[in-house]
Amino acid sequence: MRRIVLVGGTKGIGRAVARQLAARGDRIALLGRDGTDLAASATDLGARAPAGALPPVTAILDLARTETFDAALDDAARQLGGLDTVVITAGAFGTQEALESDAAARERVLSINFTQTILLCEAARVRLLAAGGGTLCVLGSVAGDRARKPVVLYGATKAGLAYYMAGVDLRYRDAGLRAVLVKPGFVRTGMTAGLPEPPFAANPDDVAPAIVQAIDRGTRQIYVPAIWRLVMLVIRWLPGAVMRRVKF
Amino acid sequence: MGQGVRAASVLSGWGRWPVVAGDELLSEDLTSLTRQANLTRGLGRSYGDASLPSRPSARVAGSRLADRVIAFDAETGVLQAEAGLTLRDINRTFLPRGWFVPVTPGTSFVTLGGAVASDVHGKNHHSAGTFGRHTRRMRIRTGAGDIVDASPAVEPDLFDATVGGMGLTGHVLDVEIALRRVPSTFIMGETEYVPDLDTLIGTLLEAGKTWPYTLAWMDGIGAGSRGRGVVYRGRWADAAEAGDRALTWPREIAVPMAAPYWALSPFGMRWFNELVLMRYGRRVQRSVMHPQSFFYPLDALLDWNKAYGRRGFTQYQCVLPHRAGLAVFRKLFQTIAARGGTPYVVVIKDFGAEGRGKLSFPCPGMTFSIDMPVVAGRTQAIVDAVNDIVAAEGGRVYLTKDAFTRAEHYRAMDARVDGFNDIRRRWDPEGRIRSALSVRLLGDAA
Repeated sequence: MRRIVLVGGTKGIGRAVARQLAARGDRIALLGRDGTDLAASATDLGARAPAGALPPVTAILDLARTETFDAALDDAARQLGGLDTVVITAGAFGTQEALESDAAARERVLSINFTQTILLCEAARVRLLAAGGGTLCVLGSVAGDRARKPVVLYGATKAGLAYYMAGVDLRYRDAGLRAVLVKPGFVRTGMTAGLPEPPFAANPDDVAPAIVQAIDRGTRQIYVPAIWRLVMLVIRWLPGAVMRRVKF
Repeated sequence: MGQGVRAASVLSGWGRWPVVAGDELLSEDLTSLTRQANLTRGLGRSYGDASLPSRPSARVAGSRLADRVIAFDAETGVLQAEAGLTLRDINRTFLPRGWFVPVTPGTSFVTLGGAVASDVHGKNHHSAGTFGRHTRRMRIRTGAGDIVDASPAVEPDLFDATVGGMGLTGHVLDVEIALRRVPSTFIMGETEYVPDLDTLIGTLLEAGKTWPYTLAWMDGIGAGSRGRGVVYRGRWADAAEAGDRALTWPREIAVPMAAPYWALSPFGMRWFNELVLMRYGRRVQRSVMHPQSFFYPLDALLDWNKAYGRRGFTQYQCVLPHRAGLAVFRKLFQTIAARGGTPYVVVIKDFGAEGRGKLSFPCPGMTFSIDMPVVAGRTQAIVDAVNDIVAAEGGRVYLTKDAFTRAEHYRAMDARVDGFNDIRRRWDPEGRIRSALSVRLLGDAA
């Protein structure tokens, strides 16, 4: 039984992962900025948990506000009676067109996905190491694997995040901290709604089991659905001249 | 997120006909999302135009991201959840604990909101009625914008009109239903070959006297078939019968692309039907079955609607009172065949008593659902001709499946429309909530 903090566990992939974890009886703390939303998701997870499981707990954390991180993590750890796993599935998204035309949205995506997520990881890392180790799982994206026309800004944040996670793994795995980077391909969530659907699109429920398995095993990097590993292998090897011509 | 994200600019139902321009807005927050919406749709599993906008600029809210459980009572099985929760999710979550949905259609890819709006029925209609009978309460955003609690005791008119009301009385935000306690997680099922339509109906009605779940499948192809088919009977297995079988869910496989037009040709389907009949043999076969194979044989094949090809298909479903008799039932199929139609798959079921829904489909009699590929020109003529018979015999059609019925026919079949529209107007004076179906059949302006 894990004691897990989920940031972004009320929506999309995070919701599906939270349900998998709850269904097998893990202890869950949901962190987010909307208390009503957190409470509703906690009830949902509680109903899916096995009989006798302790109900999920919640704490207020705003990913945009660094000053909320420490208190929220400490509050969650106190309510869970300890902490061994932190999963961050929250993030911001905008199409390249939207981000180019909207300065506020641009700043938000850059800051939330890179600076704020990494600052939160740092706060989590300190606590996990102090507890003797644990698992830090973050959602990256296949958009961070290769620069592409439709995801210049969003892809840059996810590429930066991937570098950070790789570094954390090198530096702290021996100390017991397992850094798990999940790279989803196209998953049908509120975030991707309205985008043209590429092949191999999946639902959150389809990818959640693989993510939970990666958390359990401490896998350094995982593509979901798994086929994206192959797809990105090909795309990473495409010559620049080709990337210049194609629309994706 | 309150305004939702645009998810699609082209919408269609499960039959992939008709296809219309329109936006579906998605958000986990259905309460906010429906504030500006003209219609809510779930998984889009109704076949025709029930979940499609009345015009391209209409706002369609998609409920499927709003799928949280709000409350579950492990003692009574009463479940309250957001309208986008699917029957699939309910079964996978609660069947291992001994609870199953009280009524289910032939697919579990249905949201709670959709199940209420269609007042779905299943193999147990003769013993358990429709979904509405097990629905205890709903929270509805009306066309006027208010959020109203409705139950058989509170605002019963709104409740009864929403049950089977095709989503036209308001946006269903959450639903409370009573799940059914089951003695095991497996089904004791029986199949019996029947040589003709007469025997099929007799066997089906007889089975209904002792079995909670019954259904018949008929080979509708070829004049020689005479209505031969298979009658299915089922009940939940008791603990001893289920033995130590463990409940695991089969893998779902996606149909990758639309099939070429010849794949489901009459020739191919005739052989398919022969194989089905061979498999069931000539004797009663009895076995303990996984609930997935008993209730949802096609769910393991995601997007199976693509098998009908790019032109789309329609499922015509009507109910005829028992008094219509065998000669009229036969006439349905003769009429379809005479106009060049090919009833690939025919499913027959007896209905029990009528429910409380003001516009619900089921009423006492026999229901026939007939899958047909859409053929330009021909399909409309077939449906018109069959509707002549159904209207004359006092039957009606199932709006959830329908795409071709004309308003005149529908009014001739269903005198309840005016009363239903009166209730709609009370809660939606400006007539904001509309669908392509309500424009086609209920007299709404586009």
